Amino acid sequence: MADTKTAAYICKGCEIDQRVDVAALSKVATKSGKMNLVREHDFLCSADGVAMIKNDIETEGVTHAAICACSRRAKTEAFNFPTIAMSRGNLREGVIWIRPDTEEARETTQEMAEDYVRMACAEVKAMQVPPGNQKTGTVKTLLVVGGGMSGMTSALEASKAGYKVVLVEKNGALGGWASKLHKRVPTREPFKSPEDNGVADMVARIEADSNIKVYLNASIAKTDGAPGRFKVEIAVESGAVAQEDIGAIIQATGFSLYDANKLPEFGFGKTPNVVDQAGLEALAKEAAAAGKPICRPSDGQPVKSVVFVQCAGQRDASGTHLQYCSGFCCNTSIKQAMYFKDSNPDIDTVVLFTDLRTPGNGEDFYRAAQNKGVIFSKGVVSSVIPSGNACAVKFKDLILNEDTEAQADLVVLATGVVPNSGPDLDALAEANRLADGGDETAKSQVVAMMDQSVLNLTYRQGPDVPQFKHGFNDSHFICFPYETRRTAIYAAGPVRRPMDILQAQEDATGAAMKAIQAMENAGLGKAAHPRAGDLSFPTVRLEGCTQCKRCTVECPFGAIDEDEKRFPLFNESRCRRCGTCMGACPVRVISFENYSVNTVGSQIKAVDVPDEFSEKPRILILACENDAYPALDMAGMNRHEYDPYVRVIPIRCLGSVNTIWITDALNGGYDGVMLMGCKHGEEYQCHFVKGSELGRYRLSKVGDTLKGMNLETERVMDMEVAITDIATLPQKINDYAALIKSFPPSPFKGF
Amino acid sequence: MSDLNQEMAERYKNNFLKEIEEQAEMGEWVKMCMQCGLCSGSCPTNFHSGWDHPPQEIFMLIRAGKREEVLNSEGMYMCTSCYNCYVRCPRKVPVTHVMHGIAEYAYRIGRAPKAQPTLHLSKTFWSNATKYGRVNEVQLTQSLYFKDGLGAGIKKGLEMKDVALGLVKAGRLNPMEALGMGHKCKDIKGIHAMLAKAEELEARNKAAKGKE
Repeated sequence: MADTKTAAYICKGCEIDQRVDVAALSKVATKSGKMNLVREHDFLCSADGVAMIKNDIETEGVTHAAICACSRRAKTEAFNFPTIAMSRGNLREGVIWIRPDTEEARETTQEMAEDYVRMACAEVKAMQVPPGNQKTGTVKTLLVVGGGMSGMTSALEASKAGYKVVLVEKNGALGGWASKLHKRVPTREPFKSPEDNGVADMVARIEADSNIKVYLNASIAKTDGAPGRFKVEIAVESGAVAQEDIGAIIQATGFSLYDANKLPEFGFGKTPNVVDQAGLEALAKEAAAAGKPICRPSDGQPVKSVVFVQCAGQRDASGTHLQYCSGFCCNTSIKQAMYFKDSNPDIDTVVLFTDLRTPGNGEDFYRAAQNKGVIFSKGVVSSVIPSGNACAVKFKDLILNEDTEAQADLVVLATGVVPNSGPDLDALAEANRLADGGDETAKSQVVAMMDQSVLNLTYRQGPDVPQFKHGFNDSHFICFPYETRRTAIYAAGPVRRPMDILQAQEDATGAAMKAIQAMENAGLGKAAHPRAGDLSFPTVRLEGCTQCKRCTVECPFGAIDEDEKRFPLFNESRCRRCGTCMGACPVRVISFENYSVNTVGSQIKAVDVPDEFSEKPRILILACENDAYPALDMAGMNRHEYDPYVRVIPIRCLGSVNTIWITDALNGGYDGVMLMGCKHGEEYQCHFVKGSELGRYRLSKVGDTLKGMNLETERVMDMEVAITDIATLPQKINDYAALIKSFPPSPFKGF
Repeated sequence: MSDLNQEMAERYKNNFLKEIEEQAEMGEWVKMCMQCGLCSGSCPTNFHSGWDHPPQEIFMLIRAGKREEVLNSEGMYMCTSCYNCYVRCPRKVPVTHVMHGIAEYAYRIGRAPKAQPTLHLSKTFWSNATKYGRVNEVQLTQSLYFKDGLGAGIKKGLEMKDVALGLVKAGRLNPMEALGMGHKCKDIKGIHAMLAKAEELEARNKAAKGKE
């Protein structure tokens, strides 16, 4: 950068000038902030205020601006100056809105505001304008793996939006499970009868679509590259390999039915008259083709009574079978019972359930079935005993609390789904480790697992996207349903959680939109979710690197490889800009242009720490920008007051916290450090999936450092904060501040 | 009466659900129950001690084809018509009316339990109200007090003496009603004619249902 010219802008609007001495703030920005130019404005985010800043950039050559007004989350459209480095001092949500407007509070409020001005000035001086990722790929073709309902929907939706699609299906025809259905659960008013499965129509639309290129009997042999420039090898039936340039990938590989052979107690395999739901669909198709009623497989006689066993091998607390609910089976059984009732109302159809779950408009469908005379009984089936051409279904009636049985010509088991999500990466890594040690069984395990691989990624982190609970592909289940931990690779449909066709189609549409966004951002050198549009990317000062590999191992997104010399090799296009690598680096050589050890460290140092006799402690809060910081902002909007001795610095993720910040703060005389990050573990809410977990793991070691410094271990506190903790967060801050005040002042003040 | 019971059992053989659907008023709602138990949970009559089967179980028993168990049950007579179940049912099943429908059907085929207090009250109330076109409170009270014999009636009457006198003083109770005097309605003949017509229609409907 040629000439650096710094400027601070202090807003007087929103009653800031009535609550704090703005002239004093300007003095602070000039003297301690050492800004070349300091301006005050009555209403900085107005057109006039913005024009003033723009004018300074153009005529005065301002390159770095500290905007001291409202939170960095507010007025982002007004304060949008992409050509300069910019920091924000949070005087509104962070100071005047969280402090009482009283004479006694005036002094501490002013100190707080002055600190935030100093911090904004210090931060901006440590920042650079991010140039954007230069190693971009501009391919805008979407790869969809799996040609079932989800895959076909993704392909059609992406094509509608004007993008080229490559659709790869392992079978000889499109349609997946849906094509095996006699009919599907109704999708439109009045939701009373099964309707056509809709596959033929979709296949016809795909075949007629010039944007969509279909590979049948094909699989992905290799996926190399990064978002915007994947090189994908597709193995086709003839043994040949086709190569495609791909921008983003949707994995819609669906599910397999849970193997009913694992349920011998329900008579499966002992008599052909016990079938799973797919088995009944086959019988219904066969019967419809022959123009006959559905017949008993054992003797070909029409079925007169049928019992549906819900949750067969599902929701099993013992852990032997599936532990989860597959979400669609209740509606499917209702639909299948209608196959019988619609053809002949005298056929006895009984559905044995423990909890009937009918997502979507299934409640109307359920009611329609009751109206048609399908009997629903709340009961747990213990066994199915075949005798001759009939079966006795033994069950406990949960309402009448008695053991009883029902006779049936045909028994249908609702067995649930297992995702086709590829090998478990942790298990594969372990097998690989053993195989490297010469273990022969592990070697064959590795081969078997690699055989199941869906994507065959060449990433060092494994050939597929990571899994989470029960082998489903990881996807942020609360907020960001299609995101996996591999940038620009999205999971859609039942491969990421159990769902029915309608939900899968909605999922597939969403995933297509996300994939398009990822391709577009990759082309512009911008980050994908959740920092979508961020132009910064991590750089490493290789001279300082000790090749410890922490960054490559810890990156939640598999964005960092190692080069031949075993230095980290960043794949910027795969990076989500969480900064976990930066937090991990023990020698602090990883940084972003606008977020580095220095941008936060200089803010920590900029705070004025009063001496030990002043009785004004200083507490540093490092708050996650995704949940904790917005929660604090909203606490301000709701005028929930909190302690005036805290100084809040937003961080990208708890995972980006480098322990040097904590040591620096404590050495600098801060009395306490509070870290606010998202929930981790099975029900994680971290936007970067593993970031907060890794951050916490690192912080768990801080206790020893504190003991070494002869400080109370409570001086560093880690807290889980959700964005909804608006009302409780201020109290927690105050409680912590009270605890810190009960300790003697930090002995490091004044050094 | 028990002949009708036999006849119905024969006609519907193993399909008690169908029997209730066709014969009991509101019986067609039984199949719509989704077994959530809100009716039983909402019932103020403390069914744990008072009822052998709360509504949810009656519904289930009918669907399980347990004719004897349902017809022997006192459950449906325990209903006080508070309508808690009716307003709370997420399926909008008119549980109160279904209970009444089943009770009425059991009575019609001679399966109602003997000396059932609710049944007694209903019958007394009905004959009382239809006789005068409005309820004769003194006669109604008398017939309830003396249902278990003269001694029990006098004892109950003395117990409630103060309440009764208070009501008389406040003009809320007319002792002359005991003699069939007091409030009457304006057009008793018209009411009797309406009731006769209603009974005729009901009988015709039921006969038609029976023939289906």
